[in-house]
Amino acid sequence: MIHPEHKDYFGSKLGMWLFLFTELLLFGGLFLLYAVYLKRYPHEFATAGRQLDPVMGATNTVILLTSSLSAAMAVTAAQHGETRRVLAMIGGTILCAAGFMAIKYFEWSAKIGHGIYPGSEQLKSGPPGESVFFSLYYITTGIHGLHVVIGALLLAWIAHKAGSGEVNASDYILLENGALYWHLVDLIWIFIFPLYYLVL
Amino acid sequence: MNEQSHHIIGYRKLTGIWLVLLILTALTVAITRVELGGFKVAAALAIACAKAGLVIAFFMHMKYEGRLLRWLLFLALVTLAIFIGLTFFDVLYR
Repeated sequence: MIHPEHKDYFGSKLGMWLFLFTELLLFGGLFLLYAVYLKRYPHEFATAGRQLDPVMGATNTVILLTSSLSAAMAVTAAQHGETRRVLAMIGGTILCAAGFMAIKYFEWSAKIGHGIYPGSEQLKSGPPGESVFFSLYYITTGIHGLHVVIGALLLAWIAHKAGSGEVNASDYILLENGALYWHLVDLIWIFIFPLYYLVL
Repeated sequence: MNEQSHHIIGYRKLTGIWLVLLILTALTVAITRVELGGFKVAAALAIACAKAGLVIAFFMHMKYEGRLLRWLLFLALVTLAIFIGLTFFDVLYR
């Protein structure tokens, strides 16, 4: 006997949002640490923050905003039942994710090449405020980067489902939730970019 | 929570939001290149909040969601604000 599959559209979305709230509090905690230490070490934060490349930061901001547009368009395409467009849009988002991670890789490897990484001799011998700044920089952008990778893998899996027709015009909650996760990644970067690259 | 109330946001509207987000990003970069002192942080954060609002309202469809989700979002943001507010109440007046 085959049971008709029960789908709870609103329940799925509510669950996703509740999860996103916990993510918000996770990154909120990291931003809180940043704010408290910025208050304690304003000059050290300024010296350290100016070593980050705002051009790379700005490029990554544009990339992530574009990836979010692409993800939002994928949802619209799914609602219209345009499967090929769904795949193209998710593809665009994943491409942006790869570009973002490539730039992140160059940024991190340049910093590590200059002896700036948590626990490095250079940071240990420098003022404590600078080492706090770079620890927060690595942990915040690191956890954010992890979210970028997870989001891209999630969207690739959803694209596979869309290709096989499991995500379609009458059942697209999986894509909608995947896109919500992706937008959160964008949302967090909207705050990381000015705080770490611009205001110091 | 009936199923037929799903709002579809058009491609044009999404592209418009994206353009506004890019303009706001350029504005943040411009405003932080000027020497404004402590005001710089406040201005950059205000613009970031506006950008976040646009992403949540349109890309994340929150503008078209029901009351429950909107109140839950409000509750999450208030919780975050209380965390940050009470921490600074301690840090600033220690």
